[in-house]
Amino acid sequence: MRGLYAFLAGGLFGAGLLISGMTNTTKVQGWLDVFGDWDPTLAFVLGGAIIPMAIAWRFTQGRVPALGGNFPPPPEPKLGHNLVVGSVLFGMGWGLAGLCPGPAMASLSYGGLGGVVFLLAMIAGMMAAPPVRRRLDAAAGSA
Amino acid sequence: MQMDWVWGLIGGGLIGCAAAMYLLINGRVMGASGILGGLVDGTSRGAWVERAPFIAGLVGVPAVLVLLFWPEATTYLTPNLSVVIAGGLLVGVGTRLANGCTSGHGVCGISRLSLRGMVATVFYLLAGGISVLLFRHLLGVI
Repeated sequence: MRGLYAFLAGGLFGAGLLISGMTNTTKVQGWLDVFGDWDPTLAFVLGGAIIPMAIAWRFTQGRVPALGGNFPPPPEPKLGHNLVVGSVLFGMGWGLAGLCPGPAMASLSYGGLGGVVFLLAMIAGMMAAPPVRRRLDAAAGSA
Repeated sequence: MQMDWVWGLIGGGLIGCAAAMYLLINGRVMGASGILGGLVDGTSRGAWVERAPFIAGLVGVPAVLVLLFWPEATTYLTPNLSVVIAGGLLVGVGTRLANGCTSGHGVCGISRLSLRGMVATVFYLLAGGISVLLFRHLLGVI
């Protein structure tokens, strides 16, 4: 059952990414291009996604997930250097290529060879993250 | 072109409903980088049963929709493979260091007023804006 509902959630996510234009790199880069021909579409995507999710978070209070277990714990308050360094690196890559992780997977079937290369490079980056994190932590600890 | 914001809002609503469903039914935060990253770096070995079907839906449903309704769909990704590889590496390592991307920090974090989610979103949006300014307008590579 967990797998079936995960498949449905993933499918709905993919449909939303396709329909909203998030898998169109020109729209993503247009949104980030505040000094050029700015495209506000992504503000509507993010806004449209946050509203149902905010309602869902409220609904979790005093309840448990439909398939059992527990809801995620409250967000951690600690920020940390990894959050900032990681987000800056992610943003640089997002601006450079115009794809973030969800759309990179959603567009696999129609993104051509370049899309496959992006996804493989992204996976390589993900596998490189744990040692990079250890180095950053060591550098922050000795500073 | 003028209708793009309507499609953005509808698509965004679907993304939010997917995240709400994954939270309320499976009890999980829907973060694309975490779901894939945990599988490829081996930190979530027991979670295949949930994560693999999620990714199958994420890849498969757009594939079917494109096949049926939108055969000309494309990502307009740059043909410059070094840019593609550099972008992919940065997105991969960055989202795992930050423990989240546009879906985990952006959609799921901001909607519960998570400070980490909001700070991450500010930094990746700023860095994305600077990246496009630098690589498009100053260096001309994209």
